[in-house]
Amino acid sequence: MTATRPAETEEIAVRDARCSDPRPARRLTPTQRILLRAVVLTLLAVAATFLLDPYRNYQLAVVAATFCATAGLTLLVGLTGQLSLGHAVLMAAGGYGYALAVNAASSAGLDGGGAAGAARVVLGLVGALVASGALGGLLGLAGARLRGPYLAGLTLAMVVALPALTTQVPALGGDQGLAVPFEGVPEVLSLLIVVEQWHAWVAIVVAALAVTPLAVLRSGRAGLRMRAVHGDETAARLSGVSPARVKVGAFVASSLAAGLGGAVLCLVTQSVGPGRYDLAFSLLLVVAAVVGGLGSLGGAAAGAALVVLLPWLVDTVTGAVGVPADLEQRLSGNLAVLVFGALLIVVTLAWPGGLARAAARRRHRPHRPRGRTDAPAAPPPPPASQPLER
Amino acid sequence: MRNPRTATVGTTAGVAAASVVACLALAGCSTPAAAAPGISDDTVTVGTHQPLTGPAAAGYASISAATKAYFEYVNANGGVHGRSIEYVVKDDGYNPANTQTVVRELVQEDQVFALLGGLGTPTHSSVLDYLDQNDVPDLFVASGSTMWDDPEGHPNTFGFNADYVVEGAALAQYTADEHAGSKVCVFGQDDDFGAEFLEGVELALGADGVTAHESYSTSNQDVTAQMGALQAAGCEDVLLATVNGFTALAVGTAAKMGWSPRWLASSSGGDYPTLVELLGEDVAPALLQGFVSANYLPFGPDGEWVELFEQINDEYNDGARFDGNTVYGMSVGYLFAEALAQAGEDPTRESLVEAVESGKLEGNGILPLMFGPDDHSAFDGVGITVVADGVQDYVGATYAVGGGKVTEVEPQPVELRGGGVPAP
Repeated sequence: MTATRPAETEEIAVRDARCSDPRPARRLTPTQRILLRAVVLTLLAVAATFLLDPYRNYQLAVVAATFCATAGLTLLVGLTGQLSLGHAVLMAAGGYGYALAVNAASSAGLDGGGAAGAARVVLGLVGALVASGALGGLLGLAGARLRGPYLAGLTLAMVVALPALTTQVPALGGDQGLAVPFEGVPEVLSLLIVVEQWHAWVAIVVAALAVTPLAVLRSGRAGLRMRAVHGDETAARLSGVSPARVKVGAFVASSLAAGLGGAVLCLVTQSVGPGRYDLAFSLLLVVAAVVGGLGSLGGAAAGAALVVLLPWLVDTVTGAVGVPADLEQRLSGNLAVLVFGALLIVVTLAWPGGLARAAARRRHRPHRPRGRTDAPAAPPPPPASQPLER
Repeated sequence: MRNPRTATVGTTAGVAAASVVACLALAGCSTPAAAAPGISDDTVTVGTHQPLTGPAAAGYASISAATKAYFEYVNANGGVHGRSIEYVVKDDGYNPANTQTVVRELVQEDQVFALLGGLGTPTHSSVLDYLDQNDVPDLFVASGSTMWDDPEGHPNTFGFNADYVVEGAALAQYTADEHAGSKVCVFGQDDDFGAEFLEGVELALGADGVTAHESYSTSNQDVTAQMGALQAAGCEDVLLATVNGFTALAVGTAAKMGWSPRWLASSSGGDYPTLVELLGEDVAPALLQGFVSANYLPFGPDGEWVELFEQINDEYNDGARFDGNTVYGMSVGYLFAEALAQAGEDPTRESLVEAVESGKLEGNGILPLMFGPDDHSAFDGVGITVVADGVQDYVGATYAVGGGKVTEVEPQPVELRGGGVPAP
């Protein structure tokens, strides 16, 4: 994706000019290529679940859910420059939207497995989209009027307010949160796979549905507009782009993806509560987006995997090393945060563009000798990360 | 430009197809398995989720240490059916999101035979369905919610605490017996704990017997407003459905306001040594003089069970502070060892659940255990304890709840046999 992007802008122009072209185009449009890539990656991920044991599949489902949020966040920060520290709240909105819709559906009679279960999940996802979209729209409207640290402050306040909100609104179930019905493996598959693998499949498919539109948005005109607004609002306005509309649109798109992530987490863990979506988690989402590389969806995936797997990895290592019990108890939960901090510093020092940029650079390196011999052609920086370098 | 890109797409698709085939060939990693996990010829592995960090750690972190010490004592004395008990403790910080992760880790990574004494209502309720789906015996949940007593819905789950309805009803009845006509108020946690406790109080006193009711959320460490409201309502007896930390907070806040009603706390938040630690050695004895609580375990200072548990605590728990949590943790361990002994030479998950349902377990409570095929709650009654001159002990009043009524009953303590190591 990253390597071919400069060509895409040109292609959009070509495609637009080609509308009247009578020849059937053999070559795929960018959107078609993104869709093909999404289908291939989804199939690969689903296939990979067969190689994992149930606990890994559970982790994979959580990674997929987190990926929805980090993908939206990386797009928002990387392309429009709006820093949201409160994406956990948007995930929570999705989770609560899912739980409320599913519980309403099951009390209205959709309480079996099979088709009723599938209908319930779809209703839940719609609920998640409505809740997170509404909250994201409101935040986006406010965000379009706020700059830099003020938007960050607003979103941060949302995270801090979440536990109070869930306690005050009886329908949200207080600290305990809401429970949702268990979604078991469909009858046809029950001999082949266990429930964790089934949940991983659902999570992967929902993540694909959440992230693919973001990729399409980014590669199309909307992406250009976002970059234009981030680059220079006045210039963008002079070119007929409405910065406010672009910013709100980006916020809503990013919120919808995060909301789907929250819905998946709710489905997988059968509950939603304020405990999961605390300040630390919200900040970790930002860390994931930055470490992965702002603007890069692959980076967002890597960041999501890091956020989910690193605490577990750290615990496993401290367990294997044989740290004394009282020290282990003191380190529990804190060491992972420390490692995250160190990682963030190392990555920003070594590869300011994040892991995605480092990987892209590595891919380019072997091509260099084959280029012109007089000038060592530096790879053109991907437009997505340009704003960072300003 | 065209050819390389088409080639890339083609290659990606080819790789993908090959991988799918390879993965399907390797399928089986996540397919349903039938083997009995967590048990070998010489070990039984059980796991638990406990708040070792976070808001509830101060009151409860010592429970799992006590259970571990008891199991070490049992293992040193030959174990159960020759098997030693391995006890895996995972910290969930009293956060349901963590509980879901660590319990999956226990079941799938550590392959535990059963879950034992998972602590907390919000935490444990978030894994109830998961454990049920995976047929993991979920024994002796450390919470008094009535949710665990659901033989139809969750056939593998058994509670341990006397439920909150029972505790609320017993404490309210005790108030009514001792101070007839006083103004009774309730201060509770804003979840099932508080709601079920209030239900019990209203069972004993009638729906209009409660003068005022206030609640708190564990995420907010300030209860001044609630204490002010209760004081303004003229409460004389305040019944507490609180965890230890919030019992201390309520008593301390009221004392700062110069208000000292009679306090009656649920067993979950009425452990005197823990409260002393939280309130401070200097003021606690004065503040907690006459403090009433409920209990169902052998807690009196000079019983044979406490003597044994003190020995175990000194020998296997580095002489950690001995309090209600220690007794609680060791009692849970004892009951599990008893169930394991009953489950036969080669226990399975089914035979373990059958052993608990058989009704043959005695435990070490002051009242007989209720376990049976139709009842998954441990105790239907509690004894009343009062703090006098720094010593918390039973005063003899014991109440049981059944058929929507509170009745006074005689305590029936269990005799200590075989050095506290259950024999088949």
